Amino acid sequence: MYEHDVIVVGAGGAGLRAAIAAQEEGADVAIVSKLHPVRSHTGAAEGGINAALREGDSWQDHAYDTMKGSDYLGDAPAIETLCKDSPKEVIQLEHWGMAFSREDDGRVSQRPFGGLSFPRTTYAGAETGHQLLHTMYEQLVKRGITVYDEWYVSDLAVTDEERPEDRTCHGVVAYDIQSGELSGFRAKEGVILATGGLGQVFDHTTNAVSNTGDGVAMAYRAGVPIEDMEFIQFHPTSLPSTGVLISEGVRGEGGILYNEEGERFMFEYGYASNDGELASRDVVARAELNEVGEGRGIDDEYVHLDMRHLGDERITDRLENILHLAKDFEGVDGLEEPMPVKPGQHYAMGGIETDENGETCVGGLYAAGECACASVHGSNRLGGNALPELIVFGKRAGQHAAGKDLGTAKIETGQEGEYELGEVDTPVQPGEVEPAGDAVADGGVAADTGSLSGHDVVEHAVTRERERVQALMDRDEGVQHAEIRSDVQESMTDNVNVFREEEGLKEALEDIAEARERYRDVFVKDPSRTFNTDLIQTIETRNLLDVAEAITLGALAREEFRGAHWRAEAQERKDDEWLKHTMLSWNDGTPELWYKPVILEGEDKKYEPKIRSY
Amino acid sequence: MSTQVPETETETEAETEVEHGEPLPAAQEDRMRKKSEGRAEREERAREEAAERAEAEEDRVLLKVFRFDPEVEGKQEPRFDDFHVPYEKGMTVLDALIYARDTFDSSLTFRHSCRQAICGSDALFVNGSQRLGCKTQLSDLEEPVRVEPLPHADVEKDLVVDMDHFYDQMESVEPYFDADELPDGELEEQRQTRENREKVKMSTRCIWCGACMSSCNIAAGNNEYLGPAAINKAYRFAMDEREGEDRKQHRLNILEQENGVWRCQTQFSCTEVCPKDIPLTEHIQELKREAVKSNLKFW
Repeated sequence: MYEHDVIVVGAGGAGLRAAIAAQEEGADVAIVSKLHPVRSHTGAAEGGINAALREGDSWQDHAYDTMKGSDYLGDAPAIETLCKDSPKEVIQLEHWGMAFSREDDGRVSQRPFGGLSFPRTTYAGAETGHQLLHTMYEQLVKRGITVYDEWYVSDLAVTDEERPEDRTCHGVVAYDIQSGELSGFRAKEGVILATGGLGQVFDHTTNAVSNTGDGVAMAYRAGVPIEDMEFIQFHPTSLPSTGVLISEGVRGEGGILYNEEGERFMFEYGYASNDGELASRDVVARAELNEVGEGRGIDDEYVHLDMRHLGDERITDRLENILHLAKDFEGVDGLEEPMPVKPGQHYAMGGIETDENGETCVGGLYAAGECACASVHGSNRLGGNALPELIVFGKRAGQHAAGKDLGTAKIETGQEGEYELGEVDTPVQPGEVEPAGDAVADGGVAADTGSLSGHDVVEHAVTRERERVQALMDRDEGVQHAEIRSDVQESMTDNVNVFREEEGLKEALEDIAEARERYRDVFVKDPSRTFNTDLIQTIETRNLLDVAEAITLGALAREEFRGAHWRAEAQERKDDEWLKHTMLSWNDGTPELWYKPVILEGEDKKYEPKIRSY
Repeated sequence: MSTQVPETETETEAETEVEHGEPLPAAQEDRMRKKSEGRAEREERAREEAAERAEAEEDRVLLKVFRFDPEVEGKQEPRFDDFHVPYEKGMTVLDALIYARDTFDSSLTFRHSCRQAICGSDALFVNGSQRLGCKTQLSDLEEPVRVEPLPHADVEKDLVVDMDHFYDQMESVEPYFDADELPDGELEEQRQTRENREKVKMSTRCIWCGACMSSCNIAAGNNEYLGPAAINKAYRFAMDEREGEDRKQHRLNILEQENGVWRCQTQFSCTEVCPKDIPLTEHIQELKREAVKSNLKFW
């Protein structure tokens, strides 16, 4: 068993920032990650980092834009924390040498982004995430922080008290991908989940193949509530063939969207009155699909994004990476032709419920980055707000886990504060097929272990995980994960996409239930202990099932139209009923639906919901 | 339990008309209809395409893939497996490998993640050249497509190589920014000219894929040689005006040692294979010049 003060799971932007912060607080910290840190998906972020750095801008304006962009489903304490801390954190990156694009005076450049009232998106070409990830990894090397790379964390070691709020996380169980060794990692102070996105739930996504929602699923099964899962962001400009992302920076620099008839549809069809192509992402994604749906799409599938008029020099200076992506993955020369684009799954606004210090309701368990939901994005994330989230909340989680006092959080977690239970009509019983008797269904250990030491709790989790892996390996025949995975991905893309209707959502739940049935017969064909990706992906697929179901349950429950969540049956935002977060608790294999109110009360103002127009 | 399971409803996939409110009613109705039509059409098209593919063997690409697993009987002897993968326009080497793994043999092992040429994990030896699987179009390759692990690295299994030596070399050049002095005030940035950012820009694009190192004859014959990736990483910092002269001198000292820049024999193989078009050889030559210049100053 390995032992450290703080264990960070995942080595993207949030994980690296958390580890650096924890170490600066004096903790012995280690990162456990299924990828080597420089392979993390943060590297694929393109557009930039929002931070109010310049005269004429303020964190208050950034907070207002973010609240409006969230369609009033973000929690003000989290949003204000994001906007206040971001400038300092961005300049910290600059001090660490990050290769930002520069102005003539040598200061870092900023550009306009969708939904922002000031050009506050700081960037490094169209490869901001790559530069950020590498800059932080360099600092990790400088500090000599321990990294267990290519170790797959497959479970959490959490005590199994009746109420999640009484449970404690003592560590994780991980699988050394290179050797097949399964081992416990005990965390004396805390475990920070920084496992990133869950885009592999869908079959057309900008996300990496590794983004399988592992952290969300593990925390959910350990009893941590997951929040606002129905809010999935579909990025309006991904390449049709692969899902590769074309940065919002293209529209920020002045790129224009055209339909098949060469019309600038954002204006001509009135999807946005002022901001046109730079309306919020949800607005643009729906507009594009409307164009395609009404027969004005190209090849009945996509629209055109044109940047030729920006001129070769500006494109090469600020968007060079886009030229490479369009060429390599679509065979299009962006200097000569418009690029084909369509909406693709991009980001999960929801995730593991945390407060603004990254803490969950389970003792010693933290989450930060895309897998977490402190609720800064509400129902729609503004472009350029994901990267500041990583560094701001990664740092806070790291500091808090290492024992630094960050003050009392204003956001309450767990079923402690004000909440109401919810109900939703489902065509099938969601959750585990046989809740009892499935050790995998519950992240906790047996109830009588309350008195066990942290070490024993981790040992117990290791033993249980060994049995689970052994059972998968022992089966000689059955269903393969790839089949189950692709069926769920297709169903989610057909039914839980940009446009959603009750019937489709129910169909998705049926498909997921069927996939759960088939998963009971899943087997790992590869007998090897060395680099067994068959096994890893089989475990990931289980996580995808839980996450897909949570997204769909949330989408079915929320009978309104808010942010990225469009419902055929409900074409209005219903503030009277729905200024609340959709919460799901696993409850030993049976999802329980409940709601908690949105916090619109900021430090010195209350954000009044207004009609969102661009 | 807070969920209810209603009676099974009859399938009404064709009837997707719905009640709706104010905005764009006609458009939505039309869209909903098109959606269901679209799906049926897509399925029909997929069936037709599958049937066509089955008939047209010439639409399959032959992949010859290196296989080796030290642990599994029958796989301990390295061999090549043939996979006939149905070809679709735009298909990359990585797409074909994924298809082969998910369809024919789930034990086929390779690293991959972002599939957009930024995570650097799927550098492979394809038809005799180091390339990223995700950005290599099958249509640009001669058949059969031969896929092997990166040469000059230990093979762990199938296409997966041990990257430890590569990482060690990268980390040996002190690959982190270390400015002599920082500006006062936590909100004040260090100024950098646009020209200087341009100068280091290409070197910051390295994705640590290891293609350059694998292609380098010198690195293959000499394990101590820093290699193109690590030298490029050092270039990124040595040329950054914000670090200051002392630090630059320290970096040059590391680079001009026996197994540093002077081992490079200007064969350009690293530059040729770099998937991010980094002018690696040029950077190495420039550092040689800098090393000479800085030494001449003192001698």
